[in-house]
Amino acid sequence: MANVLVVAESAEGKLRKTTHSAVTFARQAAQALGGAFSILVIGHNVAGAAEEARALGADKVLVADDASLKDYLAERYAPTVAEVGKGYAVVVGTASAYGKDLLARVAGRLGSGYAADISELLVEGGTLKYKRPMFAGNAFGIMSVSTPVQVVSVRQSAFAAAEPSGGSSDVAPVAVVAPGAAASRIEMVSFDQVKSERPELTEAKVVVAGGRALKERFNEILDPLADTLTAALGASRAACDAGYAPSDLQVGQTGKVVAPPLYFAIGISGAIQHLAGMKNSKVIVAVNKDGDAPIFQVADYGLVADLFQVVPELVKQLKAAKAG
Amino acid sequence: MKILVPLKRVADPDNANKVKIPASGATIETTGLEWKPNPFDEYALEAALRLTEDGKAPKVRAGEVVVVTFGPKETETTLRAALATGADRAIRVDAADDKLDGHLVARALKALVEREKPDLVLMGKQAVDGDSNQVGQILAEQLDYPMATFAATMKEEAGGLLVGREVDGGVITLRVKFPAVVTVDLRIVAPTSVYSMKTAPAFKYNDGVRFAALPAIMAAKKKPLAEVKLADLAADQGLRVTYHGFQAPPARKAGIKVKDVTDLVNRLKNEAKAL
Repeated sequence: MANVLVVAESAEGKLRKTTHSAVTFARQAAQALGGAFSILVIGHNVAGAAEEARALGADKVLVADDASLKDYLAERYAPTVAEVGKGYAVVVGTASAYGKDLLARVAGRLGSGYAADISELLVEGGTLKYKRPMFAGNAFGIMSVSTPVQVVSVRQSAFAAAEPSGGSSDVAPVAVVAPGAAASRIEMVSFDQVKSERPELTEAKVVVAGGRALKERFNEILDPLADTLTAALGASRAACDAGYAPSDLQVGQTGKVVAPPLYFAIGISGAIQHLAGMKNSKVIVAVNKDGDAPIFQVADYGLVADLFQVVPELVKQLKAAKAG
Repeated sequence: MKILVPLKRVADPDNANKVKIPASGATIETTGLEWKPNPFDEYALEAALRLTEDGKAPKVRAGEVVVVTFGPKETETTLRAALATGADRAIRVDAADDKLDGHLVARALKALVEREKPDLVLMGKQAVDGDSNQVGQILAEQLDYPMATFAATMKEEAGGLLVGREVDGGVITLRVKFPAVVTVDLRIVAPTSVYSMKTAPAFKYNDGVRFAALPAIMAAKKKPLAEVKLADLAADQGLRVTYHGFQAPPARKAGIKVKDVTDLVNRLKNEAKAL
């Protein structure tokens, strides 16, 4: 029986939305294979996350809940994920920081081929092929995995979040597998969280992203625009490197990949690495002083102007449009 | 501290939009693009140098930095460049680029680690051609070593490192004991990202990677560079993944320049219906 296992991601006892993208993949893959899918919820005190997972239409929700899994460490998670995953044709998660860290290690443990950060599942005669962006999104590779268990991570922006199915899956506990020597040589010291009231960058309907041109006025200029549009803030690598924006906001080939309905690139020149993270957005607006900036090649609406004058004016007009 | 740094050469990432896919979709052509070291691997090398020196005396190496690459003879250029910036010796694993996948590279690296016994394997979090982000994790698991991926900071401690990892929603700090695998992110080459125990806490590096001076480039020609056969490191050379073809991404249709903010708001509202 060819079944699919979703490795859920949770934080503070709640399911992270990344999980829902992996579930969308799992529904497609299970259907193609004529099997079913399960969801593995792993961590400590994850009963709440498991309860949420039950609504997603899985055949089973498996729960590995143990005090030794309190802090996420791949060294402690991978043995259990791999042990459970052995019984499945496909083990899938989302290519978030957690998924990228964990799934590749799981692939190492299983000796499984790994299809990383895929953007589409292609089914050919009952076999699975994966389409994945390479070369900063300038090419797609069509590939397949030849090992008995295939490990896959999906690009969150390419797989819509699964909606609840209406059913309620059965829950079964699974045993935690003792980790190897690696786990005795690593510990988590701290997690410095960046708290934000704004929507998650990878889930927002509107993203307002800024570049180095904003300098120390990054937040002063962009916050009002993001507030008006209920947008998430994003940034170019240059803005993050220079310390104008926290690195968590970086959009690009090696940062977050986003594809919102509306994306504002403010003072971003449009390096290849940045375009890789946002060019699938539905509508792209660019504001830049330099009319030859590469960002204008992907922008639907370009405005060649000084952002320090234009953005406050834009905020004013958007507010007026809303009120009107 | 002994550090092994795997390096991969990639087609010039700043011109990645110039890769060509023939109508057959059989390959990705990078003809005309210069080979460059994978930027993340370059950052790993810089971080390895910082960990094995006193920042104010970068010509003296405390410990050893060994670089390794997989590929044909011509990839020795990448290794010589690494030797010129300060690595002590180099190993080229003779292999054809298209006969490798992440698992095979990790298996061969595992054998090399067992031979060389470094305290630390330090590498880029991903190669910017394949963009898979996998070899460090697979290697760490197969060695049963602790790992810290996407490292933005590293501080040497007795027998290990304190590593800051950039993850969704913040920064996780991990304490890892040697031997270990660390994969690095962009900001590992910021001025205050890496400190060996010799480097003063107030010391600041120049931003980015160091460049080799001409005498160092000349001296690098005399540094040891060994060739190893892939078969000596990996008996099983089977691949776990197969690429069947390639496609160009759909072109985005050209947009327009708007004349002012009023025009923009009007078009977003009435034309794109995005507001």
